[in-house]
Amino acid sequence: MIKINNFIIPLFSLIIFCLLWELLVWYNNWPNYKMASPSDLWPAFWKFKHLFLIYGWETFWRTVVGLILSVLVGLSLGILMGFSKTIRIGLYPILVGFNAIPKATVVPVIALIFVGMHNMNTIIIVILISFFPICVSISIGLSTLEREYEDILLSLGANKFEIFYKIALPKTLPEFFGALKVSTTLAFIGTNLMEIIEPHGKGLGHLFDSGKISADYPLMFAVLITLAVMGIFLYYIVVYLENIFAGWAIRK
Amino acid sequence: MHINIENVSHQYQTKQGMLPVLQDLSISIKRKGFTAIVGPSGCGKSTITRLVSGLIKPTQGGIFISNKKITSPLSTVGMAFQNPVLLEWRNVIKNIILPLEIVSKNITYNQKRLNALDLLKLVGLEEFENNLPSELSGGMKQRVSLCRSLVHNPEVLILDEPFAALDAFTKEELWDVMHKLKKERDFTCILITHDLREAVYLADQVIVLSGRPASLQYDVKTNFNEEKKISDLYSSEVSQLLATLRNQIEIAQNKND
Repeated sequence: MIKINNFIIPLFSLIIFCLLWELLVWYNNWPNYKMASPSDLWPAFWKFKHLFLIYGWETFWRTVVGLILSVLVGLSLGILMGFSKTIRIGLYPILVGFNAIPKATVVPVIALIFVGMHNMNTIIIVILISFFPICVSISIGLSTLEREYEDILLSLGANKFEIFYKIALPKTLPEFFGALKVSTTLAFIGTNLMEIIEPHGKGLGHLFDSGKISADYPLMFAVLITLAVMGIFLYYIVVYLENIFAGWAIRK
Repeated sequence: MHINIENVSHQYQTKQGMLPVLQDLSISIKRKGFTAIVGPSGCGKSTITRLVSGLIKPTQGGIFISNKKITSPLSTVGMAFQNPVLLEWRNVIKNIILPLEIVSKNITYNQKRLNALDLLKLVGLEEFENNLPSELSGGMKQRVSLCRSLVHNPEVLILDEPFAALDAFTKEELWDVMHKLKKERDFTCILITHDLREAVYLADQVIVLSGRPASLQYDVKTNFNEEKKISDLYSSEVSQLLATLRNQIEIAQNKND
């Protein structure tokens, strides 16, 4: 029963959302160059269905690869910062400063450094935009571990590594997954920033840009909806992993 | 295992400079003894637990277990705290076997589980083997924590106010659990507590520490009965003892002012 509800309720809310959207456009009698309605989207999808498949896949795999790498970067930095106070106070200003820079301004810089390496450019922007929440949550999780947790193992002569993988790491997993959910949605911003600002004929960002150039508003909206669907899909994959690895922390 | 704390002084580095916590403290605890340490708040009782477990080294003096000076953590020590610090992602049995994963890496999981089950039966929780800590009450968590502290058959058990956060009746139940564990297993026990009744009921020796920096102020044997019962706590003999201890605590507190 709960399983069905978990599927039916979100689907139901999605349908209501689309109906309200359709109604809003219809009631105001907006032309589709002002605001496309859900009923305009399907023809746009159908017309460019091959492009959606090819570009959608481009955007998707770059986002996923970027996200996986940002988990690795975020975890490594987070672990270093969690265990060493010196590294933590040393790195924080750099990381915060770096995160405060609008990533749109970094895009041309990265594009110039790695001219022509489009996949790598895009993935680097994804990493830059997504690693920060993971890094911060892991370092806070590790550095706020209560002393008693360490003491029960330390008093038995356990080494730092045993404390880390038996206690500190599993204990930090719920925070990690919380951060990963934020990072997942940020990752799509990263891929599309690169694809829109520095279009190189690939990805949904490029399709969006084409829609803009040819004033095809339903196409632009269709791209946005595709991105939203992909985001939801990845998000639920993270939720699924969270249930496996940190299910103990979720209140039933 | 008899424990000797010999002329121990300890200081902590703080922002305001060195803070002396223990001063020339000497305590001796006999083999299989059960010693309760009481004293005013913040007098350095928990420091003693960290010293005896080898987690920190005293500034001066030494701690000897069976005449061997402690210089680093020993796997023959078990610890339990006021906070049960159970691992929320492990079920009860896997929480209990945690110390075995560090000190007896070679034995099989099944053997570890059987060791843990023995203890779990002693504390009356054998049906909860597969439950998660979040499904247990405060008293049950503390029972699991006690099992974990004993699963590797430590020679020394250090209890740092393990019953302090429990309600009065659960506390009394756990005191009896503690009696049972003490009877079934071989260990020397140090109990840090604020509860004089608990000290008198569980321990055969009660030590009152003076205010910070703490040193030995009062040392009394409490073998008022071979097998202690809760009702004994209301006897005139014990009331007398409790009054004496209360008085000693007051003296210790005044030193702080």
